[in-house]
Amino acid sequence: MKLDRRTFIEVALGFSIGAGTGFMLTPVNWKLMDDMTIWSQELWPRYQLGGLKGKLPQRGEVSNADTVCKLCPGGCGITVRKVEKRATKIEGRDGYPVNDGGICPLGASGLQLLYGPWRTPGPLKRSGKRGSGHFSRISWEEAIHEVVEKLSALRHHGEAHKVAAILDSDRGTVPQLFSRFLQAYGSPNFIRTASDQDTYELTLKLMQGADSSVGYDLEGANFILSFGSGLIEGWGAPVRVIQAHSIWRSGNGTKRAKVVQIEPRLSNTAAKADDWYPIKPGTEGALAMGLAHVIVKESLYDFSFIGSQTFGFEDWSDVTGKTYTGFKRLVMDEYGPANVSKITGLSAKKIVDLARAFAKAERPLAVWGRGKGTTSGSLYECMAVHALNALVGNINKPGGVSTRPEVAMQPWPEVVVDNIAWAGSSMPRADGAGTSRYPLTKYLPDRWPQIVSGSDGGGIKALLVQGADPCFTTMDSAAVAKAFEQIPFVVSFSTFLDETAFNADLVLPNHHYLERWEDVPTPIGLHKPVLGLCKPVVSPQFDTKHVGDVLMTIAKSLGGTVAEAFPWGDYESVLKDTMGEKWDTLEEMGYVAEADYRLSTWGSTFGTPSGKFEFYVSTFDQAGKEISEDVGYLPHYQPIKPEGNAVRYPLILIPTELMRLADGAVGNPPFCTKTMEENELKGNDLFVEVNPKTAAEYGLSEGLHATLTTPKGKGTVLVHLSEGIMPGLIGIPKGLGHTAYDDYLAGKGISANSLMGVVEDPVSGLCATWGIRAKLTRA
Amino acid sequence: MSTTEEKEQAVAEEQEQASDEQAAQGAPAEEEHEPAKPGNWRFLIPIIALAVGFGAHFVPGWILFPQLLYGKKLQPIDFNHKLHVAETGECEGCHYFRDDGSFSGVPKLASCVECHEEQLGSHPEEAKLVKDYVEPGKEIPWLIYARQPQCVFFSHSAHITMGGMECSTCHGQIGDSTHTKTYQYNRLTLYSRDIWGYNIAGYKKHTWDRMKMDDCAECHLEKTGHKGACFQCHK
Repeated sequence: MKLDRRTFIEVALGFSIGAGTGFMLTPVNWKLMDDMTIWSQELWPRYQLGGLKGKLPQRGEVSNADTVCKLCPGGCGITVRKVEKRATKIEGRDGYPVNDGGICPLGASGLQLLYGPWRTPGPLKRSGKRGSGHFSRISWEEAIHEVVEKLSALRHHGEAHKVAAILDSDRGTVPQLFSRFLQAYGSPNFIRTASDQDTYELTLKLMQGADSSVGYDLEGANFILSFGSGLIEGWGAPVRVIQAHSIWRSGNGTKRAKVVQIEPRLSNTAAKADDWYPIKPGTEGALAMGLAHVIVKESLYDFSFIGSQTFGFEDWSDVTGKTYTGFKRLVMDEYGPANVSKITGLSAKKIVDLARAFAKAERPLAVWGRGKGTTSGSLYECMAVHALNALVGNINKPGGVSTRPEVAMQPWPEVVVDNIAWAGSSMPRADGAGTSRYPLTKYLPDRWPQIVSGSDGGGIKALLVQGADPCFTTMDSAAVAKAFEQIPFVVSFSTFLDETAFNADLVLPNHHYLERWEDVPTPIGLHKPVLGLCKPVVSPQFDTKHVGDVLMTIAKSLGGTVAEAFPWGDYESVLKDTMGEKWDTLEEMGYVAEADYRLSTWGSTFGTPSGKFEFYVSTFDQAGKEISEDVGYLPHYQPIKPEGNAVRYPLILIPTELMRLADGAVGNPPFCTKTMEENELKGNDLFVEVNPKTAAEYGLSEGLHATLTTPKGKGTVLVHLSEGIMPGLIGIPKGLGHTAYDDYLAGKGISANSLMGVVEDPVSGLCATWGIRAKLTRA
Repeated sequence: MSTTEEKEQAVAEEQEQASDEQAAQGAPAEEEHEPAKPGNWRFLIPIIALAVGFGAHFVPGWILFPQLLYGKKLQPIDFNHKLHVAETGECEGCHYFRDDGSFSGVPKLASCVECHEEQLGSHPEEAKLVKDYVEPGKEIPWLIYARQPQCVFFSHSAHITMGGMECSTCHGQIGDSTHTKTYQYNRLTLYSRDIWGYNIAGYKKHTWDRMKMDDCAECHLEKTGHKGACFQCHK
């Protein structure tokens, strides 16, 4: 047979038809179609994710573990949902005395911080330039050996006092271990990062003689006068305050509380307040004094408290017969509504009406601390606001203000110090706190140029950083970066590779808060004692160690009295010993709360030299603090001038804080960043808020790229027009502009802190910055 | 002469001419151009080609394709269900519901350890269990025949506790087995062959022969009167 064209066609056609029919009558095509749907839905995406192993959520037994959140000073109880050994969700813990089932966006995103790619994988040693992020992995033994070698050398060269530690808190066993370490080692330089607590603690020390911070009975108050506090923006213990806000709004079955917000910008708190009074920023102290004027003038103050429990309200004379101005005369002479109206920009009528409403309310409460309370603020402003609370007699009263109580713990044995430690601890602090200039201030964390140059000219030579990210959270980032360059040895204990870790020589990562034990003392702003226990709910995901154990290993390796100061075997023993008989309850319940806690009576509250609430602060003289004018002993309005030339920088830049944008030591997780709105963050550019009037004046329009310049730096931003900000101001969100972390955060926007400077409060030395002069031009 | 006759004549002449040419070339000319001649088998060519094409696809499609599509794996331990059911009682003895109503699925090593902390008998599979898993505390990597794709939500509680169904309705008489069957998995989807069923055409005799969506719908239609909504299983 010859294969010609015809045969070929016949064979090919016959075969094809046969093949086609045969194929269609097999299950191959139908089966593969089904398989391909599954493959394209499940397998292909998994290949895209980088492979098949470990990419699917594990199935298994679901369990819930209770612990306490450590992401902010709010100390919320949380319940972590787990599938087998993997944490899958964080929820607020029902019935927890701080947050009762509530949770904030940051707390709910905690798992991204646990499993995220920015975790420090294990001990790291810098291998490139500072800040370059080049590290090499070393073993824990090597890392600890290196720290011990450096600290040992400094100590033997008589430079123990040139070691400093900066932490996010000074309460709880971990900060106390650091404090104890420095005491035994021989350094006075325990530093706590800045917050409004610095100034409120000082105010309570001066006016009430108390060594504590403030506690507010927010839930019990029914007239809340907020001096710029972001009550629903993350101020205080965020979830607790938001829940209190709900009680105020709903009235909880009774009469609704009234909320008045004093703030130059329409924040969420201002928007939800009954009354919003935008006043010139930085004049809050003047307004408080103006309100005091009306309350005093119209005799609306609490006579029984002012008459029997205060000192310096009326003019008074000392033993030599010299007469001193009292608070009453000061407010009557200087702070009439007309005068205050001129300073603050708020009409005299509104001032009078507000003062009357506040003083006549059943349980009025004035709260202080700008935004989330992340800066220290002005001392006299805080004193003026606190004086308002005293005028209405709500000190240590339900619905009032008190000192923050702590759950009592077992004291630790006294530290036996050797000569080196004694000599070192007697040296002045590097930041200047506690020195003759600032005798009453405990920490001055924002004075980095001072810290690195040192009060004796030597400067610090080693810095330990725990739970803090000063390179990001401190204003004037350029000055901080420069200061860090001058510190020869920086050790970070950070769980995350944050900006400060990038500037460290060694990173000895602490466990994540879901992986470790730690006590959580009474959260910020609480008026009742609550002690929480942070427990490990998952096993450590990386080669990390508990910072308490690492610090004790370092101490033990240093030997001598430093080693002897730590008689405990490990951190868990420290915790158990310190909690004493409360340990069992703490371990079982996860917290200890004193339900029957009662506020102390007025008579036993005040530890001032007069034994009373002092409008006239006699503690200044006692501590040797020089006050040049008589008025300096009283709460008054002391303008804090923003940095910069008014001609060159015609506008004023103020930081704004958002609930969905973490601006503290922990970077904003992707979940939170994704919730930012299109007029807050677009791509990698942040929006600054400008009033349309100001924008028209400078030729700016919505969505326009502009250059924001301040005396401290400049950056490109987008313009968002809002009538909710006073003309002449620019609002910039705090928390963006990270250089560390990953693509979800690094390089997004610019850091507000890089544009702000540190303006020191003349009396406390703390950072009193509320804004900075700026200009905004078309890019 | 009519036009048709002229054409026929022309064709005949052409053919004559062509066969003359072929004869001159010495080529056989008789077969290929005589399809209509009775007894000529040339018409079979396309039929054979069709049959070959059909056979070449049909037979491997049914026999070779399943062999290629499915890979085979042995379970880590050859487990005797029958023996264990006799010892521990019903299915729920090992495959229990947790307190929160969720289904425990394949038992964890801890369940095995309850009895097999040490070797009880002399069976080599038990020895393997103790040596390879119990002693090092390693979970047994069981291969799960009934694992549904990720996009499927299935609640055992809704079917067993609330619906009162028997385990065997979907899982068959696995409790009577004395050996674990070879685990066959789809090389494309990586899921078990038990989901599609062992019949490659998808035919089934028993309710437990297949675990595809249509099988769920079939039962739902029968028991509840409707096939159910998408989101009931595809959350």
